[in-house]
Amino acid sequence: MSPTRPQAQTAVAPFPAPAAPAIRRQLAVTLLAFGSLAVAALVLAPLVGPEPIRLGRVFDRAIPFARNVDAQIFFIARLPRVLAAALVGCALATAGVVFQALLRNPLASPDTLGVSAGAALGAIIAITFNLHLQAGSLTTVPVASFLGAAGALLVVYGLSTVRRRGLSTNVLLLAGVTLNAFFAALILFVQYLGNFTETFRTVRWLMGDLDVAGYAPLAAAAPLVLIALVAIAFLPRPLNLLSLGTEAAASRGVDVAGAQRLALFSASLATGAAVALAGPIGFIGIIVPHLVRLLVGADHRLVLPASACFGAAFLVACDLVARTAFAPLQLPVGVITAVLGGPFFLWLLLRQAW
Amino acid sequence: MPDLPARAARPEGAPVVSPLASIADVTFGYPRRAAGAPPVLDRVSLQIARGDLVGILGPNGSGKTTLLKILSGMLAPHSGRVTLDGRPLTTYTRRQIARRLAVVPQETYAAFDYSVLDVVLMGRYPHLGAFELEQADDLAVAHAALAATGTGALAHRRFGTLSGGERQRVIIASALAQSPDLLLLDEPTASLDIGAQLEIAGLLASLNRDHGLTIVLSTHDLNFAGSLCRTLVLLARGRVVAGGETAAVLTPAAIRALYGVEADVRFHEAAHHLTVTPIASAHRPRDRSADVDRDALKAPRPR
Repeated sequence: MSPTRPQAQTAVAPFPAPAAPAIRRQLAVTLLAFGSLAVAALVLAPLVGPEPIRLGRVFDRAIPFARNVDAQIFFIARLPRVLAAALVGCALATAGVVFQALLRNPLASPDTLGVSAGAALGAIIAITFNLHLQAGSLTTVPVASFLGAAGALLVVYGLSTVRRRGLSTNVLLLAGVTLNAFFAALILFVQYLGNFTETFRTVRWLMGDLDVAGYAPLAAAAPLVLIALVAIAFLPRPLNLLSLGTEAAASRGVDVAGAQRLALFSASLATGAAVALAGPIGFIGIIVPHLVRLLVGADHRLVLPASACFGAAFLVACDLVARTAFAPLQLPVGVITAVLGGPFFLWLLLRQAW
Repeated sequence: MPDLPARAARPEGAPVVSPLASIADVTFGYPRRAAGAPPVLDRVSLQIARGDLVGILGPNGSGKTTLLKILSGMLAPHSGRVTLDGRPLTTYTRRQIARRLAVVPQETYAAFDYSVLDVVLMGRYPHLGAFELEQADDLAVAHAALAATGTGALAHRRFGTLSGGERQRVIIASALAQSPDLLLLDEPTASLDIGAQLEIAGLLASLNRDHGLTIVLSTHDLNFAGSLCRTLVLLARGRVVAGGETAAVLTPAAIRALYGVEADVRFHEAAHHLTVTPIASAHRPRDRSADVDRDALKAPRPR
């Protein structure tokens, strides 16, 4: 800019306007790159593990399944686990993006807000008291988990609306700590009421474990995640504007209340489904969106699909480490994400310089 | 270089009687205020003529911001009517309103690292379908808005790295990208240094003059209002106490009534507009008087 202001006004040459906006190309590149990453993770991960398997044998129809150890390892031990990782990673990463835009704070995520803990409480109540109702593939645990997530999120969101500039990091972290402690206490109370076997099950589950038993839990969680993703598909541009503030969004034509309701509902649903399936796996909702933003920028039309794909690939990769690094011991994947996520979160906090 | 889509101000020959926007007999109070508290706006009526540049003046709490929110449909009045182009505002959807009028808040901060062009393109929101991507003409409108606000060179900067004045101009560009007829600004210069204030004043004057944009702004800065606005509306305790041409309204008597300040108002030859110099507070603040009982100040508070 030239030093004299009036001249600067006229000296700004009519900007050579490119013929077409970049978004079309960016969207194609983003979907292609992150989509292939997710597909590659899904295809490769089931082939890797402590026990080597041969792909030829896995799909060899000549050998009966009961005697085909390779196929058994592939279809029973590994594939459900990889699919669960992809589903949970996708759901938590996407929910993280939605939380961050809705609360206008890049440190918001299902676990920092206590929403995962709320979901865990819901799920644990359903597990401990054996509330097993089933309608089609839908079971009680994911629904209870969704209700817990929604309840926690409503509390956080209520806090954010009484403050005008969104949720400050201080309030957000304090609210998260409070909710996490509150739900942790209730979870302990519920565990105290349960018997020993149930308590052991819930403790393992609370570590964030993808060791799902077969395909039934997947079938229960997948439709909920799908519904959430379809709802989120309507949100990218409203979220872009909401991150400039509700007034700015409303004055540009966003139905603010409607968009916020849809965002709250879909993010709670995704978190609830993910937590019901695999326990409260931490930090996915914060690591993935941040890495994605470094790569594609801040536009939610790019960040949301890229986070969905990258979240899936990322948790599949973390789980691969969890089940191979200390083989034959299989770690809960929550340990891996926490070891990566804790320092990452601290680094983000320092970078914000508050 | 495409021009900002023409919203040629006054249709030639058309009767000037139909205002672009009007509010009639509007009363509004916020729900959480104590019972019996006076309403924030009390039977306010106002007409915004096409092509006008209107300033709303008034002390803190006089209802300026609320008035702008009523005009933009952000708040619904408890009683009274608000119209845009002769039609009740309640018959418009949020998107339809956003195609006709744009709002520039006091301050805008972006939670994420958007580029300036991203922010300006977001102004195209009300013109695009739910899954529609911006087309070449949307980009052209955005670049015209950048050019009109002198922010073309900032297009690829990060919004968060801009100075306050630059940021305000970019938000005005984003509002212009909505292709509005009416621009509402809430204290557009409140947090800016005088250089940036003059830039915003020049920008708004040229948008009004060259692009036929109707502008309504609220401000505390009497000199800003005096230099820029064609029409002034004075608000006090939720009521319109005066309104009309700037030269007729911006008088020492009005300033005394509004702010309790004795001021000198005169036409400045070099600046070529009315200037206001506050001289003294008309009400002597009590804590400055000599007979303050200083011991009373030290006395412990009653428990």
